[in-house]
Amino acid sequence: MSARPALGATQPRSRAVLKEPVWTPEIPLYFYTGGLAGASAGLGLLSDLRGEGVLARRAWSLALAGSVVSPALLISDLGVPRRFLHMLRLFKVTSPMSVGSWILAAFGAATAPAALHSLGGGRLGAAGRAAQVASALLGLPLSSYTAALIADTAVPAWHEARRELPFLFAAGAAASAGAACTMLSPVVHAQPARRLVVGGAAVEAAVAFGMERRLRALGVGGGYDEVAGLNRAATALTLAGAALIAARGRSRPASVAGGLLVSAGAIAERWTVFQAGKRSALRPEDTVGPQRTRVERDLSRGAARARARAAR
Amino acid sequence: MGFELGTRLYGDQTRPRVGFFTDTSICIGCKACEVACKEWNEIPASPNGFTGDSYDNTVDLGADTWRHVAFVEQRKPLDAGHDGGTLAQAAALGSFAGDTGLQTYQDGDGMRWLMASDVCKHCTHAACLEVCPTGALFRTEFGTVVVQEDICNGCGYCVPACPFGVLDQRQEDGRVWKCTLCYDRLKDDKEPACAQACPTNSIQFGELADLRERAESRLATLQDAGLAEARLYGADEDDGVGGFGAFFLLLDEPEVYGLPPDPVDTTRDLGAIWAAAGGAAAALGGALAAAVLWRRA
Repeated sequence: MSARPALGATQPRSRAVLKEPVWTPEIPLYFYTGGLAGASAGLGLLSDLRGEGVLARRAWSLALAGSVVSPALLISDLGVPRRFLHMLRLFKVTSPMSVGSWILAAFGAATAPAALHSLGGGRLGAAGRAAQVASALLGLPLSSYTAALIADTAVPAWHEARRELPFLFAAGAAASAGAACTMLSPVVHAQPARRLVVGGAAVEAAVAFGMERRLRALGVGGGYDEVAGLNRAATALTLAGAALIAARGRSRPASVAGGLLVSAGAIAERWTVFQAGKRSALRPEDTVGPQRTRVERDLSRGAARARARAAR
Repeated sequence: MGFELGTRLYGDQTRPRVGFFTDTSICIGCKACEVACKEWNEIPASPNGFTGDSYDNTVDLGADTWRHVAFVEQRKPLDAGHDGGTLAQAAALGSFAGDTGLQTYQDGDGMRWLMASDVCKHCTHAACLEVCPTGALFRTEFGTVVVQEDICNGCGYCVPACPFGVLDQRQEDGRVWKCTLCYDRLKDDKEPACAQACPTNSIQFGELADLRERAESRLATLQDAGLAEARLYGADEDDGVGGFGAFFLLLDEPEVYGLPPDPVDTTRDLGAIWAAAGGAAAALGGALAAAVLWRRA
């Protein structure tokens, strides 16, 4: 047997390891409309309870509109739209899309009577109030499950942000609902909506900053770097709109302008997350790099479990 | 096998888990597997033209490619005068190929040519199956993972969930497609088309337990012969996807072949993901209450 010469350095293949998500622009738009509807339902219920009928009616109208538009966007994204009911064949907790489909379906069923109850001056009685409570409660997970959905993939920029993304989306939902209600309501009734805009926008910007910093530290921030301009625009729109509303919220034109800016910022933020994920999936270095680091530090899943077994 | 796949649900129809052992050390890159797969499964053509990337014009697995022969053509420092290599070493490589039946190295010209027929891994913990909201992806009585074409509604969730980029959506009909491990042939006790067509037995089909034994013995042969880089990929039940139903013998790091070195089933982190989503939902509830109910004293 002859001695074998050593090989040179390993060259990884330069093609993408993962497949690019096939989702269409309807999906990030749904992230916006679903969050808007979900947070609006909660705002509607609490305003009704507080006796703020003017704000409540606008919030419920937004929740209703969102509950109608959202399923339409999702069905339009499907490869076989006429099979949309297959989404409800199962309830599957390992599939955030299955859980989310049920949440959205139930939210839609509750929001129609809930909104009617509010817009009709409480005509549906206890049943209407029960529908409002159900809709408001379902609206909360509706605003954050979409983040769980994209985090539960192999895409590095989404999966590694699994702890931050739900908070990013929930804060964005609060800002979106607040911004829409601020635009639609007379300024004397819109104070809770303005608070939501300012608080939601601040938290959204802070979470996004922290999330991207951590992704870069893990070596998977490249997707965000590829959409850096869009990302900066989203943050700038959100913060400018929130600042305008914080400073001049008692002025109607400033409220409308600020609301538009925050709404545009919320849509741009979701578009950024969506595009960054698509880019991330196509970057083999982002897929392979952290995995190679785990293998070399003996931190791979296999190594960890083998160690645990040896210790027993 | 350690992990219960859930095939027990099939009762007396349950069959032993089957899979592929793809021994890339004897792959000659003939692509008979690709052709046999396309023919048997009536997969549409996938015209990619010429890539200029060695003989690899198939590029990757996808909706219309369920076997992909990767060609990794690299000039390695084996030629005389390069990186300390000598003519004697290059010549040694030639005899090495003869000694081991290893087809992957050209005789003494310093060119390394790895060929590997890639396929769906039929993971023990299959992320595609776990995230599929419709149940179109299911575990068969053979322990394989198959898409039911009459159920799939083209939601596309499995596409980014797969840590190997195996599944993709077919533009013409909107559904996702992937290797079925020839489910129809298995039911007739036939081996899958690719394995039957493979002229060098690089693709071996069988019961997974047998295949793992065969692979260990082949690995030992290669390592005894001095091929230290040879390794099994996906034969370890402790890896991030619980082991593959279709595993490989590779001659270098997985990433050289475009395979992830430590793939993980994304739903392993689902507990943390749902906890964060629940926490965020609760925080949103708190924020809404504070915004509406708080009054200045």
